[in-house]
Amino acid sequence: MIDVTLESVSKRFARAGDTAAVDDVDISIAAGEFFTLLGPSGCGKTTTLRMVAGFYFPTSGRIRFGTEDVTHRPPNKRDTGMVFQNYALFPHMSVAQNVAYGLKIRKVGRAESARRIEEALGQVHLAGYGDRRIDQLSGGQQQRVALARALVIRPRTLLLDEPLSNLDAKLREETRVEIRRIQQEAGTTAIYVTHDQSEAMAMSDRIAVMESGRVRQIGAPQEIYHRPATAFVARFIGRSNVLSLPVVTAAAETVTVGLPDGSETAVAAPTDHGLRAGDTALVSVRPEHLGLTSATEAGALTGRVTEVEFTGMATNLVVEVAGEPVQVAAIDVPDGIAVGDQVGLRLNRDRMWVVRP
Amino acid sequence: MSTIPAAPSAATVPPVTQDPVPPKVDRPRRGLNANSPWFPYLLVFPLALILFGYVVQPMFATFAESVGVDGVANYTEFVTGSGVARSALLTSLMISAASVLLCGIVGVAMAFLLKRFSFPGRRLIEAIILVPAALPPLIGAISFQLLYSETGILPRGLQQLLGTENPVLPFTGIAGVLVVHTFTMYPFFYLAASAALVGMDPSVEEAAYNLGASRVRVWRTVLLPMLTPALVSASLLVFMTSLASYTAPLLFGVDRTMTMQIYINRTNGDLPMASTYASVLAVSSVLFLLGMRWYEGRRSYRSQSKGVASHRREITNPLGKWLALVASVLATMVLLAPVATIALVAFSRDGSWTTEVIPSEYTMQNFVTIFSDPGAYRPILNSLQMSLLATVGCVVVGVLIAYAVRRLDFRGRGLLDVAVMLAWALPGTVVAINLISAFSTGNAFSFGQVLIGTFWIMPLAYFVRFLPLVFRSSSATLAQIDPSLEEAARNLGAPWWRAFGTVTLRLMLPGVLAGALLAFVNGVGEFVASVLIYTSETAPISVEINNRMYSFEVGTAAAYGMLQVVLIFLVMVFSGRLQNGGRATREAAKWTA
Repeated sequence: MIDVTLESVSKRFARAGDTAAVDDVDISIAAGEFFTLLGPSGCGKTTTLRMVAGFYFPTSGRIRFGTEDVTHRPPNKRDTGMVFQNYALFPHMSVAQNVAYGLKIRKVGRAESARRIEEALGQVHLAGYGDRRIDQLSGGQQQRVALARALVIRPRTLLLDEPLSNLDAKLREETRVEIRRIQQEAGTTAIYVTHDQSEAMAMSDRIAVMESGRVRQIGAPQEIYHRPATAFVARFIGRSNVLSLPVVTAAAETVTVGLPDGSETAVAAPTDHGLRAGDTALVSVRPEHLGLTSATEAGALTGRVTEVEFTGMATNLVVEVAGEPVQVAAIDVPDGIAVGDQVGLRLNRDRMWVVRP
Repeated sequence: MSTIPAAPSAATVPPVTQDPVPPKVDRPRRGLNANSPWFPYLLVFPLALILFGYVVQPMFATFAESVGVDGVANYTEFVTGSGVARSALLTSLMISAASVLLCGIVGVAMAFLLKRFSFPGRRLIEAIILVPAALPPLIGAISFQLLYSETGILPRGLQQLLGTENPVLPFTGIAGVLVVHTFTMYPFFYLAASAALVGMDPSVEEAAYNLGASRVRVWRTVLLPMLTPALVSASLLVFMTSLASYTAPLLFGVDRTMTMQIYINRTNGDLPMASTYASVLAVSSVLFLLGMRWYEGRRSYRSQSKGVASHRREITNPLGKWLALVASVLATMVLLAPVATIALVAFSRDGSWTTEVIPSEYTMQNFVTIFSDPGAYRPILNSLQMSLLATVGCVVVGVLIAYAVRRLDFRGRGLLDVAVMLAWALPGTVVAINLISAFSTGNAFSFGQVLIGTFWIMPLAYFVRFLPLVFRSSSATLAQIDPSLEEAARNLGAPWWRAFGTVTLRLMLPGVLAGALLAFVNGVGEFVASVLIYTSETAPISVEINNRMYSFEVGTAAAYGMLQVVLIFLVMVFSGRLQNGGRATREAAKWTA
C-alpha cells in the first residue's frame, strides 16, 4: 500500500532567482513506513516536507496521498500531524488544551476527547501533566507534548521536522527510540526530516539522501551505508575515503581497478556504472574497512602516518599512500605508533564499492 | 562481519503505484485559500484601498488644490518672497533646529544622570520623567502657559518675591514655544540615549580606559560615537515633531510658523494657500520619514556581549550628595508642575484669577458644570464617541495591515508599510487640510458624500492620525510570535480564519489592546486636526477647552483637562498591567522560539 507519493515535484521560490529549492523529486512511501529525508542544511528536505504538509505548493509535479491528488489542497484538509522543529506549542493554552486543539476542530465529543487526550499524554509519558502551562515544561517535555498533539488526531501521516535538534545529546538518543516505538505502535506512516545521519540510520526504514534540492539516493540504512550511490552520499553518511583508481576491465557488476602498488582488485559496482577500461573509477572505502599491518606484509599498501588521534575505542589515523591521504579507523593499534611511521594497509575488498561522482 | 546483500533488499525498491482507479487530479481551489498565491492580494486589496483613499489620495488632493490657481506663485513665495510664507518657513525651521538642540542637551544629560549615577531620588525621577510628555498636546501647552508665560505662576511669583515691577523671567513668543517643545519632546532623546546606554557593554568603555585613554578621550572616541545612531534618530524625530507642532505656537502667539499659517489661511478661507503650506510641510515630513528609515536600516552599534550590566557610579562626595538631592527635588517639582497646575486651576472659580500668583477662589462648580450642563458635556460625549469609532477602525485595519506586512508575501508590501508610516509622519494640521481638500466634494471614498461639515470627518481624521499607533504595537507583538504556531494550528485542521483567530490574534491581543488604548486616549485629547474641521455640533473636548480659554473660563477649561489627564493616567496604569501580561506571552514565545 502506497501512502504518500511525490511525482517529479519541484519548488522554486520567487525571491531566490532561478535555482530550485527542490528539484524534480520522486519519492513513494509505503503505509506504516518510517521514511527519512536526510541532507545538509539547505538541501531542500524541509521544503519537501512542507509541501507534503501543504504549507508550500509545488511549482510543478504532483503529490498524492494514496490515490488522492492533494497537490493544491490547503494544509488544514490534509490530515497530517506535524511536529515542528521548535515544537510550536500554543503558549496561551495548557498542555491538555494544546493536545485538544485538533480534536476540537474535528468536533470530537467531550468524553471521547478527554479519553484520547489522556491516552496520548500517556503514550508520551506525560500523564497528569494536562493542566501544566507550556512554559512550566522542560524542552524534552515540550517536545513530547508536540508529539502527543500531532498523534492524538490519528493523522494518516506523521510529519517530523528535525524534532530532536533542540534537545541535548543524551535526551536526543532517548527520544529517538521513543519516537520510533510510538510510530510502530500507532502504525502511522512517518516522514522525518533530519541532518543527523546517525539519527536517520537508527530510526528509519528507508532514507532519501538529498543534496542541492535533489534526491541522490533512496534506500534502507544498510544499503545507503554500504552501497552509497555517489561520492557525496559516501562522505555524508559516516566517513569515507573516495579513491580515484584507473579501470582495468569493467563487467556488469564488477569493475577491476589498479591499486597504487601496481596490483589489481575487483570492486563491486552498481549495474549502471557506465565505466570502461581506461576510465577513472571512484571507489569508496570506509576507514574501518582498512586494517593496519606492518609495512612489509605481502599484498598490503604501504604508506606513511601523518596524523594520529586516539579516541578510546578506535584510533583514527591518516596515512599517506602514494601522495593521497587515506583515513583509517583501527581498533587494534600497536602501542607507540607515531607520525612518520611506515605502515601497511590491508583492504577489505568485499566492502569496497564504486560510486558515481 | 556480514557481507553486503548481493541483491537489493525489498525495502530499497520504491514500490510502484498500481492503482486500478485513475487518480483524481486536484486543481487549485477557488475561494479563500490561505496558501494560494492570490490569498495575500485578496486580504491586502481592501487595506491598500483604505490607505490610498484616506491617506495618499487626500494628500494628492491637497497638492492639486495648491497648484489649481496661481500654483507657481504660491510656491515661489517660499523661495523668493519677502512675505509671510518665507518667514514662516524660516521660523519653523529655526524653531525645529533649536528644539533639537535643547531637547538633545536635556534628554542626553538626563539619560546620563539617571543611568550612570546613583543618588537619592533617582528612582522617583525615573518614574515620573515622562509625565509632561504624556499630557495631551493642548493641555500640555496650556499648563506651560499657566506656569511660565507673562501671566504665569512662576514669573508672577518671582515678581512678588523680589518686589519688581514686572513679572520676572517670563517666557513669551518663540522662547515660550521652545520651553514647551523642550519639556514635551526631550523624551525622544532621553529614551533613545538611555536605551543605548543600558544596552552598551561597559567592558568596551573599560577597554578604552585600560588602553590608557583619559575620561574626556573615552567620551569623545567611544561613548559619543556609540550613541550617535540613537542621537541621529532622536534628532530627526524631534525636528519632525517640532515642524508639526501647532498648539505651542498657537498659545504663545507665534503666527509665523507653517502650522499656524495653515490654520490662519484656512480660517480666512484661502484654501489654496493653506494647501500650499500643507504640501510643503507634507513633503518635508515625508523626506524626514524616508531619511529616518534609511538611517535606521543601517547598522547600529549594539553590544556584542550579554551579562555584566552597566554599573552606576555612586556619588560619595558630601557636597555632591546635597547638590544631587536639591536637584532631584527641583526636577521632581518641575516635572510634576504642569499636572499640578492643571489640577489646581481646575478647582478655581472662572474669572476669579486675575493678577494673583495662584487663583484665590476655589470651587467644585467646574466639574459639576462639565458633567451636568448639557451644552458642556456634549464635547465629552463627542470626543468619546468619535474616538471610540476611530479606534475600532484603527484596530481592524491596523491589525490586518500588521499581519499582512509581517506575515504575507506579496508585491508592494513595502509600499503598504510606507503608507501607514506616512499617516504617522503627516502633521495633524496637514491631515486635516488633506481631508478638507479630498472630501469637500463627494468622491468614491466618501461614497459620493460631502464629508466636510459632517460628523464623519472627525473620526476619519482620528483614524488616519492614530492608525499607525495600533499598527506599530500590533506589528511589534506579531514579531515576537513564531509563525509556526499558526502553521501548527493549520496542520491540526484549522482553516485560516480559525488559526488566525485562536492563535495569532489571541497572542497579539496584549499588543493590540495597548495600541488601541493609546489610539483612544490620543483621540480623546486630539486638538490639532479637530480645530480645523469641527462644527459646533461635533466640537471635541480639546476644542471646547480652547474656546473656554478664549472666553477666560480657565477653571472650566482646566476641569476638562483634568478629565483627559485622569483618562491618560488610567490607561497608563492599565497598559503597565498589560505589559506584565505581555511579558508572560513573551516568555512563552521565547520557549518556542
